[in-house]
Amino acid sequence: MFRFFLTRLLTFVPTFIGVTLISFAFIRVLPGDPIIVMAGERGLSEARYQELREQFGFDQPLIVQFWDYLTGILHGNLGMSYVTKKPVWDEFFALFPATVELSLCAIVIAICLGIPAGVIAAVNRGKFFDRALMSTALVGYSMPIFWWALLLIIVFSGNLGWTPVSGRIDLLYYFPDATGFMLIDSLLSGQKGAFASAVEHLILPSIVLATIPLAVIARQTRSAMLEVLGEDYIRTARAKGLAPIRVSGLHALRNALIPVVTVIGLSVGVLLAGAILTETIFSWPGIGKWMVDSIYRRDYPVVQGGLLLIAGMVMIVNLIVDLLYGVINPKIRKR
Amino acid sequence: MADATADATRPAPERPGRLQEFWRYFRENRGAVIGLYVFAFFVLLAIGANVIAPHDPTQQFRDHTLLPPFWTAEGSWRFPLGTDPLGRDILSRLLYGARYSFFVGLVVVVLAASTGILIGLVAGFAPKWLDTVIMRLMDIILSFPSLLLALVLVAILGPTLLNAMIAIAVVLQPHYVRLTRAAVMSERTRDYVTSAKVAGAGLGRLMFITVLPNCLAPIIVQMALSFSNAILDVAALGFLGMGAQPPTPEWGTMLAEAREFILRAWWVVTFPGLAILITVLSINLMGDGLRDALDPKLKRS
Repeated sequence: MFRFFLTRLLTFVPTFIGVTLISFAFIRVLPGDPIIVMAGERGLSEARYQELREQFGFDQPLIVQFWDYLTGILHGNLGMSYVTKKPVWDEFFALFPATVELSLCAIVIAICLGIPAGVIAAVNRGKFFDRALMSTALVGYSMPIFWWALLLIIVFSGNLGWTPVSGRIDLLYYFPDATGFMLIDSLLSGQKGAFASAVEHLILPSIVLATIPLAVIARQTRSAMLEVLGEDYIRTARAKGLAPIRVSGLHALRNALIPVVTVIGLSVGVLLAGAILTETIFSWPGIGKWMVDSIYRRDYPVVQGGLLLIAGMVMIVNLIVDLLYGVINPKIRKR
Repeated sequence: MADATADATRPAPERPGRLQEFWRYFRENRGAVIGLYVFAFFVLLAIGANVIAPHDPTQQFRDHTLLPPFWTAEGSWRFPLGTDPLGRDILSRLLYGARYSFFVGLVVVVLAASTGILIGLVAGFAPKWLDTVIMRLMDIILSFPSLLLALVLVAILGPTLLNAMIAIAVVLQPHYVRLTRAAVMSERTRDYVTSAKVAGAGLGRLMFITVLPNCLAPIIVQMALSFSNAILDVAALGFLGMGAQPPTPEWGTMLAEAREFILRAWWVVTFPGLAILITVLSINLMGDGLRDALDPKLKRS
């Protein structure tokens, strides 16, 4: 067990250094001199240019620059945004809760609908419910979510006028963000209607973001359930005369969930990629929109730092899933 | 393929050709057959776009901007699916856009699959240290959310359709490496490979002629998956302004251009997205059918 943990952790380190190297390389390969870009329309004198070059360390050999970058990361220093002049690290963690809130809501929706849908489909294999649910899941799986978002806006914001189009909360409400999670903060503020407004703003983006994970979870649950339902111990449970709902809901589902949990863990990357589109469309002030805006503005340190932090997060979650999987399923550990 | 030797010992007149056998399994999945027909229909439309399309996709009819589709009161048959804010015929743009989507899907799959299979074969046959290096590299690429990595790559290379295709191929390629390597690993120790080695087959022959054909089933399924992924991702990049540039009638770019009119003219938004959805759905349906037909473990289960 200890060895399994150790080897997984040891492979984590070179991968992480590789990820740093890639995000570091991007800024150096990008066309255009970052300092000129930073100076903008005004331009700058030769002396000032050299001064800035020194300040950002661009006059150093690449290997020295990389070493500085790497040690900077370990000190929590990812550089400054060219545009806002604030540390990338601070900007990231100011916007991060918004993305976490959205992603958590999305994954909760996906799990709460996806697992029951998969179980119902598996139990009714080949019948109407199975076909209807799995066709729906395949449509969801094939959905271009940016279009799906626009359709939902047309129907629910345009025609019905039920939900707002953008942002996290109405401008009417103002309160300090204690946790960064709008749902909690709005409750804490005690202002009437604030919480309802936060929920209204959250609902469409989370549905959009949930769509693909929901479809994946439903499909995965169904196939895992089908596999488990063919096992001997299920037949035994049935022969004992247990109620069908108890057999499929308790005995089968518990074992079918193992691969499903992996899929849920691995969908973090999918969620973050989806967050880029969803946040851009709904003007949701999270890291997805922040990355896209920084790419448009050629704010290289932000792009670099954001890439690194997002990849690091995906890696950590995958590592945790991997380790948990090893705990649940001893067969994996041997590899 | 494993039972090929067993078949050779008994007379096998009733055994159909491999393609026929494949078709028999594929046909059992009704969804897959529907997907195939829809896909074929769309491909034909794309090929014949210059004949079928009523107008030039970039021609602007300034007197007919934002005309709704023909079945509404103000619509006319002249512009069957209406016109966009610049007065261009949406149906014509969709038809020409189909060309881009299929072309993109094809190029991306060929690029990603060929490099991925090659690297995967090398990793599978290489000494352990090289294998480790290659797989770490793939892990690194897979640590980035695919759309984000593609987006940054396109930002570096410049926002064009070609660069978008390259970026997406780079992002999709590690899946092929992993699949090929895993398949090679399980095939390498089989007796038929050893016998080929004993008979004096060189490394190149072993890789491409002996082992590769027996690893193809999961790769073919993956090709269908990445075909649809490529179409979705290129549309997403186009939507974010980092793919094909206007006035190219690419579906994602069309959506981006139509965004500000969504509350006034639903048809400019609805049709391009619907085209993407139906195309991707038909390919995914086929992919499911391919998996059922090619995966021996699931056969007849």
